[in-house]
Amino acid sequence: MTNTTTDRDRVGDTAQGATEEAAERLTTAPAESDGPTGIGVVGWLRWMWRQLTSMRVALILLFLLSLAAIPGSLIPQNGQNQFKVETWKAQHTTVAPIYEKLQLFDVYSSVWFSAIYILLFVSLAGCIVPRTWQFVGVLRARPPAAPRNLTRMPVYAAWRTDADAATVNAAAHRLLRARRFRAHLDGGAVAAEKGYLREVGNLVFHLSLFALLGGFAWASLASGTGGKLLVEGEGYSNTITQLDDFTGTRFYGTEDLDPFYVKLNRFTSKFQNNGSQIGSAREFTANVDYYEGSDPAKLKQGKIEVNHPLEIGGSKFFLIGHGYAPKITVRNAAGDVVYTGATPFLPQDGNLTSTGVIKVSDYGDKDGKRTQLGLSGFFLPTAPVAFDRNTGPRSLFPGDADPVLVLNAYAGDLGTDSGLPQNIYQLNTKNLTQLQQDGQPAKVRLKPGEAWALPDGYGSVTFEGYKQWASFNVSHRPGNAIALTGAVLAIAGLIGSLFIQRRRIWVRAVALPGGGTQVELAGLGRSESAKIAEELAALAVDLQDDAPALDDESDDESDDESDDESEDGSAEADEASAPAESAVPADQNSKE
Amino acid sequence: MHLASSVDPQLADLSNKLIYSAMAVYLIAMFAYMFEWTFGAKGAVAVRSTEQAGLAGAVAAAEARAKGAKKVTVTVASAGGGTTTLTRTALAGEGATVVTSGRGDEDLDGPGAAGSSEKADLSGRIAVSLTVLAALLHAGGVLTRGLSVSRWPWGNMYEFSCAFALAMTLAFLGLMIAKKPVRWLGLPVTLAVLLTLGVAVSVLYTESEQLVPALHSYWLAIHVSTAIICGGAFYAAFITTLLYLGKDSFDKRMAAGLAKGPLGTSPSIWRRLPAASTLDKLSYRINALVFPLWTFTIIAGAIWAEAAWGKYWEWDPKETWSFITWVAYACYLHARATAGWKGRKAAYLALGAFACWLFNYYGVNIFVTGKHSYAGL
Ligand code: HEM
Repeated sequence: MTNTTTDRDRVGDTAQGATEEAAERLTTAPAESDGPTGIGVVGWLRWMWRQLTSMRVALILLFLLSLAAIPGSLIPQNGQNQFKVETWKAQHTTVAPIYEKLQLFDVYSSVWFSAIYILLFVSLAGCIVPRTWQFVGVLRARPPAAPRNLTRMPVYAAWRTDADAATVNAAAHRLLRARRFRAHLDGGAVAAEKGYLREVGNLVFHLSLFALLGGFAWASLASGTGGKLLVEGEGYSNTITQLDDFTGTRFYGTEDLDPFYVKLNRFTSKFQNNGSQIGSAREFTANVDYYEGSDPAKLKQGKIEVNHPLEIGGSKFFLIGHGYAPKITVRNAAGDVVYTGATPFLPQDGNLTSTGVIKVSDYGDKDGKRTQLGLSGFFLPTAPVAFDRNTGPRSLFPGDADPVLVLNAYAGDLGTDSGLPQNIYQLNTKNLTQLQQDGQPAKVRLKPGEAWALPDGYGSVTFEGYKQWASFNVSHRPGNAIALTGAVLAIAGLIGSLFIQRRRIWVRAVALPGGGTQVELAGLGRSESAKIAEELAALAVDLQDDAPALDDESDDESDDESDDESEDGSAEADEASAPAESAVPADQNSKE
Repeated sequence: MHLASSVDPQLADLSNKLIYSAMAVYLIAMFAYMFEWTFGAKGAVAVRSTEQAGLAGAVAAAEARAKGAKKVTVTVASAGGGTTTLTRTALAGEGATVVTSGRGDEDLDGPGAAGSSEKADLSGRIAVSLTVLAALLHAGGVLTRGLSVSRWPWGNMYEFSCAFALAMTLAFLGLMIAKKPVRWLGLPVTLAVLLTLGVAVSVLYTESEQLVPALHSYWLAIHVSTAIICGGAFYAAFITTLLYLGKDSFDKRMAAGLAKGPLGTSPSIWRRLPAASTLDKLSYRINALVFPLWTFTIIAGAIWAEAAWGKYWEWDPKETWSFITWVAYACYLHARATAGWKGRKAAYLALGAFACWLFNYYGVNIFVTGKHSYAGL
């Protein structure tokens, strides 16, 4: 990233002075400097600060930011999918520790990623904030006076007229005002400028990036998410004891949870039932009853769909998963009901082959001795006629066309009394023995309503039916409004910055010694656009109402078009094309 | 209410047929553009006769003077160091007729693919007509696809690709309608459209079906539509950038006295293209025009993510690559707007940014799994 030749060209080239002066502050771009400007530590510090806030470094930092974002998209990230990270680590045992050290599993909160964007924002602040004040100064000041030599400007027109110089200048002033230029008539010339909104847009855009960052920061300090699985008919109060899990942050902990109650009434799912995409999900809807705070009298009804969360209090309730919960009743040898309830089974594939366990901790065997019973198995919403030997039970379709429950039974010690937390979806078979039947593990395939008499007089299991369950994400995230405001301002600012032209126009009418008046117009735009030439031409044509061109000149021009470049600027024409080149960088290379 | 089987198979079938027909017509159009380029090479490359131009100017001026017109000639310093002029002539009085004519740019900008050959010009005209026909069939294909399932037709990569290719064609035809001299873009655009559609029908094809619930959102219409437009326009800017780089090396080679263009290409091809600075400016304009829309696309996506997943930004691979693309284009605009990094260096940044865009579309969808997986792929 060099400082481009145009900079060097400019140093020591005094012929360009006029253009530079004219182009001064036509942009909010920062000044660039090549070396330390002071002496000693302060000088170096100032130099470093200048470097940090220079465009060159902004470019490098932007480039680094995009590079640094790449690894996070290719390597599994902790914040997104813990499970994938673990699998990946297990597969790449040699590099995993190195990656871990380099924080490659937490790219977006890593030291190096943060360093880049923090530097970028420091650079941004150091560059934009001073510019904002300077720009306010520019707005208060008059447009810069006309340079001595207007032919040096990138866009130029001239003609001779009989009209009085003062009249022409006044007319130009009026015309420019009418075009909503900020125009000023002084010393026999008009200086005018327009398009300040470009700079406003640019500043707004960059400043709004801070709002975006602020929104992000606020969200990461004061948000929290919890998870809750509800079977149809179940409800819960939003407290830490009733949530399945919860992740808080500095300013939103377990005691800050928004108080409300939600009950899942009904869950509807629909699936594609024909064609090549058979089994694809088509609709999920959760119908709930809920109330905010602790007053059940305020019960309301709500509907939650995938893209339509329900807002309750300061939290949003998102639908994120669903499945089936078979309802089972277990009777002991004496025929007493020892367990009844709907247990959520977890989907294993797209067709909702689901697995789950039922733990009956208080079960008396046929001798009345206390034991525990564990059932594990599959729920298939649409079961095949026969199971594949290799894959085991597999559902054919996610809808409940032919539901079947497949169960194995274990007796012994579930380990639930040990006091250790247990996974409710897994059976710890260490102290359990599988029940046998005819020398084979006992197994059954049940349709709704069917019952299974367990071997060895262990009683019976009845598959009563099934319900659906839905899992929800309960999310409290402030700062969205700040970020959204930042985003909207950013777009508005960008549009202003990219589509509005900031440009200056000067008009100077001077009485010629031999009689008549020379009218000169020049324009300087800060970005590459043909528009400024057209604007100047239109202005000139209008100005000719007050300053009609002398006939002899238009005669000259029409005689031979190809020559008019050297004619219309008369003596100065040769000069006009030579410095034109150097005039260009000043207009495009927006530096002071 | 999204019923599980509300697909109109006839319309879906019609859509496929229309897409295939569009591809066939694009192919013929592409050949016609090729003919234009080939025939154009045979006719001598015309640098517009200054004599003729002078004559036209003289006639206009004489006419103008007769009616007491006002006339101004503005001298414009151009980037290359030369000057061009712009002449505006207006009849005096209210409601004046205004004629503005540029001089100089045409001399730098080549005459277009057809050169001075009439046969080539005819080929070019036929090619454009064919492109219009293909675009109509293509639009019909996209429309019937949407109608067959009563939803926006961009629910998966196949549909997205078809819509995105259409956006590209429409961008090109839009420039033609705006009377911009961009017929030379016809060949690369039809080629790019054919490539995109080819990949769509062969690799990405998915039957017309209803959407998965994750896509049941009006943000689909907003976010994905703008993404499609951005894609089409970035693609067009990319082609222009490539041509700029080619033309620029060609100019350098000519200045160095070499006989052939870059990669051994014929000089006549490059002479017929617009000037390097014109190409450079065009690609900058397209990119700058699209950048705010791309910003909007990302923000709309974030809002949708907030509604769907509870967090507006999670560094999902698709989000990450959109961000990378955005920063890359911001880098390019910075370089252009402020650091004086014009020309080749900025062009390389633009190519890099487009590469990010392409990877975000094909690469991320195919190789990286995230939350953004489309139905069917
Ligand atoms: C946070 C990352 C940044 C992003 C995404 C960004 C983006 C942009 C974009 C898209 C433009 C183009 C607008 C135009 O052409 O007018 C722009 C212009 C500009 N940027 Fe940045 N920028 C960032 C950081 C910075 C920094 C750190 C600086 C200061 C060193 C800076 C200074 C400028 C200036 C002065 C312009 C205006 C150029 C002109 O007026 O033409 N930007 N920025």
